[in-house]
Parts: sequence; C-alpha cells; structure tokens
Amino acid sequence: MAINCAMIGSGNIGTDLMAKLKRSANLNPVWMVGIDENSDGLLKAREAGLKTTHEGVDGLLKHIEEDNIQIAFDATSAYVHGENNRKLQEKGVLVIDLTPAAIGPFCVPPVNLKDHVGEQEMNVNMVTCGGQATIPMVAAVSQVQAVEYGEIIATISSKSAGPGTRKNIDEFTFTTSGAVEKVGGAKKGKAIIILNPAEPPLMMRDTVHCLTETEPDQEAITASVHAMIKEVQKYVPGYTLKNGPIFDGNRVSIFLEVEGLGDYLPKYAGNLDIMTAAATRTAEMFADEIEAGRLTLTKLSA
Amino acid sequence: MDLKGKKIRLHDNALRDGMHSVGHQFTLDDMVRMATALDDSGMSLIEVTHGDGLGGSSVNYGFGLHTNKEYLDAVIPKMKNAKISALLLPGLGTVEDLIMAADCGISTIRVATHCTEADVSEQHIKKGRELGLDTVGFLMMAHMTQPEALLEQAQKMVDYGANCIYATDSAGYLLPDDVTSRIGILHDAFGDDIEIGFHGHHNMAMGIANSLAAVEAGASRIDGSVAGFGAGAGNTPLEVFVAVCDRMGIDTGVDVDKIMDVAEDIALPLMPTPTRIDRDALTLGYAGVYSSFLLHAKRAEKNHGVPAKDILMELGRMGAVGGQEDMIEDVALNIKKKLA
Repeated sequence: MAINCAMIGSGNIGTDLMAKLKRSANLNPVWMVGIDENSDGLLKAREAGLKTTHEGVDGLLKHIEEDNIQIAFDATSAYVHGENNRKLQEKGVLVIDLTPAAIGPFCVPPVNLKDHVGEQEMNVNMVTCGGQATIPMVAAVSQVQAVEYGEIIATISSKSAGPGTRKNIDEFTFTTSGAVEKVGGAKKGKAIIILNPAEPPLMMRDTVHCLTETEPDQEAITASVHAMIKEVQKYVPGYTLKNGPIFDGNRVSIFLEVEGLGDYLPKYAGNLDIMTAAATRTAEMFADEIEAGRLTLTKLSA
Repeated sequence: MDLKGKKIRLHDNALRDGMHSVGHQFTLDDMVRMATALDDSGMSLIEVTHGDGLGGSSVNYGFGLHTNKEYLDAVIPKMKNAKISALLLPGLGTVEDLIMAADCGISTIRVATHCTEADVSEQHIKKGRELGLDTVGFLMMAHMTQPEALLEQAQKMVDYGANCIYATDSAGYLLPDDVTSRIGILHDAFGDDIEIGFHGHHNMAMGIANSLAAVEAGASRIDGSVAGFGAGAGNTPLEVFVAVCDRMGIDTGVDVDKIMDVAEDIALPLMPTPTRIDRDALTLGYAGVYSSFLLHAKRAEKNHGVPAKDILMELGRMGAVGGQEDMIEDVALNIKKKLA
C-alpha cells in the first residue's frame, strides 16, 4: 500500500515533484497546496486528479487525518517553511523540506540517505538544486582523501529559476555551502549560483572544485567520481560528467551537466529534476520504513 | 557635441576591476598608495574589492591576496575626501558580506546582476538602502538586452531602493549609439530622481566615446580606471577621459595633471603587462564576452594548448554571462577533444 503525500507549494518544484510521485510505487500524491487559485501548478494538479487548496498549508491541515497524509513535501520558501513545518509536525506528518530553510538534517541520497534510516527524523532537508548536483562529487573526492576546500558553481537557465529562488538567493548560498561541508566532507565550503538567460535555455551546468590537503590520488579519485556518477544516475538519468576530473596541483575539478526528464519544465531544467528526484527517493525510503513498521510517525507539540 | 558646463562624478575602478589584471594580488600597500593618490587628484569615488566583489575570493575567480575586509580596513581610514565603494554580485556575495563592508565604512554598495536578472538583487539592495548606503543597481552585460527591457530591469532595482542605476558594458561591446539608447531611456524614465551611470570597457577602444555618449544622454556618474587598469583591455582610461572632459568644459572635479601622474607613476608599474587591445581582448569586445574571462582564457590556452581567441568566441556563441568562468576550462577541454 502506498503512503499518502501532500505537496505544499505549487511552483516549478512542487509541480515537477507531482509528476515524479505519480510514478512512484510506494508514494501516492493526494494533495497539492498553493496560494493562488489560478496558478499553473494547481491547475495541473486538478487535471491530474489531486485535491487542491489555495489557502496555503492551513487549507490542508483539516484534511490530514481523513486522507491519512503521512508525508508532506514543502516546496515553498525558506521563510515560510518554519511555520509550515510546525503545523505539519503537530499532526504527525513527516516533512521533506525542499526549501533552503534547513531546519532538519541535510539529505543528499547517494551520500547519506542510509544514515537517516532508523533516526526517527520528522524533517529532512534536501539542501538546494546546486547542492544535490554537486555534493555527491565533493563526497566522492573526500571519500578518497581529505578535502581542505570544496567549491561549487551551479549555473541554471533563467527560465527554470522561480521567484522564490530569486528573492532568497542568499539562502541558496548559505545552505549549499553548509552542506558542502557537512555532507560533502570539505573542511570549508563555498557555493556560487549563476542564472543564464540564453535562448534556447541551457542545461543545468555544475562545476566542482576541490582542494585536497595532500597531492590528489588521481586514479582513486577518478574511480570514485565515476562510481558516484552511476549512483546519481540511478534516480537522475541525465546526470553526466562532461569533463574531468582534471588535476592541477592539489585542485581537482569536475564538470557536470544535468539534463532533466522534462516532466514539468523542459529537459534543460535539470535543477528541478535533481531536487524532486532526490526528494522522491528520500520519501520512498521513509515510506518503506513506515510500511515495514520500523518508523512510527509521532505528533510533535509546538 | 556640446557638453560644456555639465557636472559629472567619476568613479575609479582600478582597485577593483584592476584586480582582475593582477589575479587579485594587490598588496595592501599597492591599494593604499593608489587610493591616496587618487583621493589627492580629486577622484570622489573609488571602488575597492576583489575583482568579483564581496565574496569573490574563490577557486573559480582566483583567491585574493588579502580578504576584502583587510583591503577596506587598510584604505578607508586613509581617505581625505574620496568615498569608497564595494561591488556585490548576488549568488556570490551575500547580505552578510554587505554588512561587513558597511561596518568597514564604505559609502556606496553596487549590486551587480546580469542585465536580465535584476530580481536576484532584492535582498542586497534593500539591505544597502536600510543601512543608509548610496545604493547602486549595476546591470552588467547591458549589450545582451534591448533598451526597453533594460529599463524594466532597472525599474525593479529602483523599486527595491536603488538610488542610482548603471548600464554596464562588461564586454566592451557597445557602440556609442547603443549607449545613447540605453542611457537615454533610463534617464527619460527616471528624470532627476535616480542617477544614471555608465561603466565601459575599452576592448573596442570605445571607452571615451561611449562615456561621452553616456554623459550626453543624461548619465551623471562615469566609471573608468586610472591607466585603464581593469579586465580585458581595461576600463575607460580615466586620465584620458578627465583630459577630454577638461577640454570640453565638463566638470569632473579631478585634476588633469595629478591623475596623469597617478596613471604613469603608480598604476602602470603595478601592471604585469601594460593594458592594451591585443587580439584576445579585441575578441571580447567583438564577440560580446565578459571582460574578466580574458586572463582565464589565456591560462586555459597555456594549460590545454587551445587558442584563447577560439575559447572566447565559443563562449560568446554560447551566450555565457558574467561569473561563468568555470566554463572557460570546460570549453577549452571540449575544443581540445574535437581537435584530437
């Protein structure tokens, strides 16, 4: 039996996520929550047969028990996530956070999803699109040898960056650089995001620079990077290594491209896919735990 | 062109844009010597930061010899009349960096976005205004959008709280008529409420001509750098522009004789190679490519044996924007693969 889910936020990410959840074997998207009745996301959700509300998270809360919603995805913004999270957790709903709020622990599936098993967490944070695309590579290097400094540059097409991302661009920078350290394993992390308005829109591009503490073991790092690429490809088939790893002194540089599945926005918007696919994979694992009786959702009082 | 009696404010960028030319390696003494000499010449605004602004120090753009705080702390207390500005590119620098720079005593924050992406500047422009800074919206690569669209973006920055808007010719691509149309539409829309500025690069040798066109169209702030010390073939060389303005009767407040000496005696000796329009710099202007890509492309040529000119042309074809320095090595590797 699939676990019933709600999506909070009917923008680019929420709408793309709906398509992923529709295909999931053990997740069942039931509700889509927005704030604008006429938004494209809510329209698409109604077309897909989901229940919708344009009254924000409050419009959903009264239906949580009757529809047995156990997992909610928050794709609103860092500023409203805190309040959304509080309200959902009071109802015992597990929250997968796709904003850069980072209240809960970071989750980058191929690196640390397994670590979250058995932790009874009620909120996990999916970092950012740039973080999902690059942190696996930082980890691939740091698993071989110590990384003094990890830097990531994420370039996304202007058309794939919604108003929430633009208004709160600092949160991208802070959250991503924090996760480059905490999940990627770099002692110091830095994150840069660039929007490019070229037409036709460019594919998401990501560059990862690691400075290793000692001379890089080229063979071991190359093997580790290729193995990690395969892990990410399991849930984002369009994740590809364009160039590298190249080595220059202690610098290791890796050049990536992320092509999406074209679910909501066209294939160039790999930044949407890598977030929504990672969130789906994370939720599927929690759903397995719930179904197997190993994870019991608890109502947290405020 | 009759510009007699116009009064404009010059903004020297040698200690920020010039950082690109030295791989962000100015010493504190270099900065202080040049800034004090510029102050003494009558320059009213001087920008001091890493070439890519606050938060710019990185593998991608190059690590600074010192932190931005160290540079600002060294220069600001030494200024008699000149005010110091800092540059901030949202996505790279953050509000935290802005607060740090404000605490150091900058008077002006320039928040720079690509010319079509002004809405990433909201947090930073609002904070700049809240801190009481002279807050400038800096629309880069202004050749990549049409004047009407540029105005729409400028309006967003004004709505966030910017009191001055720049059309920034980061690639040195614009020709005088292009400057006239861009500055003109901004000036017509905002009147005297909002100052308009122009930042040129000299890759097509248009720095002076474009700056004059900007003044004629209503710009009251003009960027440049002494001896043209800046990315690509440099910025509008300010000692030359000051001399031209002097002959035309434009009041800049800068002493021609003194700024010539700063150019010759202080700026020039600090340049690893004199700023000139070599074929790679000309390619920037010709293909419309971000000027600070120049030295990165030359390095990629050296490391991967692919001509910098070819790399820059390809980046122009791709529509690369400011900040995408990471694509330079990627493009070089791709060209190398094709040739193999």
